[in-house]
Amino acid sequence: MIKRQIPLVIAFIVGVMFIIQFFVPHKVSQDALTYVNQWSIIIGGISILLGIYSLIHFHFISIRRGRPGWGFSVVLFGCFGLAVLVGFLPSIVLWFKPVQQGAEPGVWLGFIPLKPGVEEGSPLFWLFLNLISPFMATMFSLIGFFIASAAFRAFRARSIEATLLLIAAVIIMLGQIPLGQMIWQGIPDIMMDWILKVPNTAAKRAITFGITLGSIAFSLRIIFGIERAYLGGGKD
Amino acid sequence: MNCHYARSGLITLIIVLLAFPLAVLAQDKPSLMPPQDFIAFDTPNDDGKSISLIWKASESDREGVYYIIYAATSSKGPWKEQYRVLSTTRFKSDAPQYFGLSKDNEKWHFYEVTDINENPLSITTPTYFKLAVTDGTNTIAFPGIALSMPQGNWFDTSKINVLVFVIVFSFLVMYFISLARKNLNLFIRHIPGLDAIEETIGRATEMGRPILYLNGLLDMSSLSTIASTSILGKVARKVANYDSQIKVPCYDPIVMSVCQEVVKESYLEAGRPDAFKEDNIFFITNDQFAYAAAVDGIIVRHKPAANLYMGYYYAESLLIAETGAVSGAMQIAGTDSITQLPFFITTCDYTLMGEELYAASAYLSREPLQLGSLKGQDFGKGFIILMLVVGTIVSTIGYPFFVNLVRTF
Repeated sequence: MIKRQIPLVIAFIVGVMFIIQFFVPHKVSQDALTYVNQWSIIIGGISILLGIYSLIHFHFISIRRGRPGWGFSVVLFGCFGLAVLVGFLPSIVLWFKPVQQGAEPGVWLGFIPLKPGVEEGSPLFWLFLNLISPFMATMFSLIGFFIASAAFRAFRARSIEATLLLIAAVIIMLGQIPLGQMIWQGIPDIMMDWILKVPNTAAKRAITFGITLGSIAFSLRIIFGIERAYLGGGKD
Repeated sequence: MNCHYARSGLITLIIVLLAFPLAVLAQDKPSLMPPQDFIAFDTPNDDGKSISLIWKASESDREGVYYIIYAATSSKGPWKEQYRVLSTTRFKSDAPQYFGLSKDNEKWHFYEVTDINENPLSITTPTYFKLAVTDGTNTIAFPGIALSMPQGNWFDTSKINVLVFVIVFSFLVMYFISLARKNLNLFIRHIPGLDAIEETIGRATEMGRPILYLNGLLDMSSLSTIASTSILGKVARKVANYDSQIKVPCYDPIVMSVCQEVVKESYLEAGRPDAFKEDNIFFITNDQFAYAAAVDGIIVRHKPAANLYMGYYYAESLLIAETGAVSGAMQIAGTDSITQLPFFITTCDYTLMGEELYAASAYLSREPLQLGSLKGQDFGKGFIILMLVVGTIVSTIGYPFFVNLVRTF
């Protein structure tokens, strides 16, 4: 009972407090908001430990039980260890072989820069620039192919709505490329412009109205303790 | 002799012709006028860090004419130039959040002072200001000193319309909640995406494959994530009843902890605490594309029968949902991210758009109190539609006051 009631009371007090905060420009109110934001940043930072524990636990169990695909868990531990090692290596080396204050830390073994942290020139920065960043770019660039594949499925004229979607999509696509301008200047200037500014904006605004009202109603349900499923379960 | 007169006449004519445009130009540039009605006061609706200076716009305002603001901490000085304001800029009409939307605001200059000599303004002693106008050759000062002290305000009057709307809408929602207590048969329109959740879980159970549930990429401070965890509770309860499996790969460690608790409680409620596996709700990473790659891997390797994407998404939405579509899974998405909605609509069987995500928990629970709030929400939408129609008509016939009434700053 207490386990459920205390969070509800906290949700009510904090919820009402921050509704009021929105209308109070006074420094006290702004400081309170900054303070709470700092809290949430700190809690978020600490919570990464929880994430690391979950990650290690999950993959350790995968390897121990020999779940299908357990080899990927081994790869994860390898990469995890490598990233930690690369991150701490300059600090460890500098701890054993300190350099004079103000002097450049130089390189170790002829190729590992002894620059600690994540700043430019550090081994961790190199790892980010040459491994993580290309991986992310690869994933992002896949979106282009996925759009083509999704568009092919969505734009088949099976119904009146799908046909309208197809026509609108063709106009927008033509409007974005030089071919559209070559066919008729009105495709980008009139047709595409009208589709984007009139029906598209109208639909977006309608959804935004809905989201705004929905979020207020949902917030009220949380503040007054009507919506409590996020606490786990639905009853007291 | 005649020649001499003719030459003199010609020279005079040339001088007159040259002098005329110069005289016209000189008339275009009225002589510099001293600043008028220079006032300093605490900036309204702020946190007490600034002072507002206003003075009347003058006929001599033009390009090349500047107002110079001097400040001092004592009425005796020393005075130091702080700001130089081009006379064709900085009007009260530029700051409607402080001065409203009166047409008169275009006739007053406004400058918001937040510091003097790069130090914050004192909140215990007044700051003194002098004003002068210059065109580069002449400088005329306002014959007086203005002074003020910044003060924090306890209510932002520019947000009165928001407050009124929030109060009216809140009462509307609370009224329908109280109505729902008495009348249990409130009609709420069907949401096909939510009706399909039961079918989805049934399908997964028949196929003996798990259900994949994602919470989006925001943390627990986001309403969409809270809504998503609420839906997860309802889904997990049905999953427990059907003796199926649910996997929840998480982007945020705190969301993961909340999801573990929510699913655990749902299994307890369903009377199946033994079937709950904490390992099925796990953290992946809080890197966007690494998360997308990992989820794609889970979809390809585990081939879930159903994928539920509830919450806020960014560019990874299509990467995940398209992989799910190709794998043949039944997919239901719910998001308030307008930019990602088209991707979900093209790749998922059902999509909950915007507010439907927030309504989902109430809809699935069928609790009268929660359904009452949905009814209130629908009436709120009706009210907005009415406002739009009235606002469009009133603005079209040339009365902008209605639009100004609902303007936010």
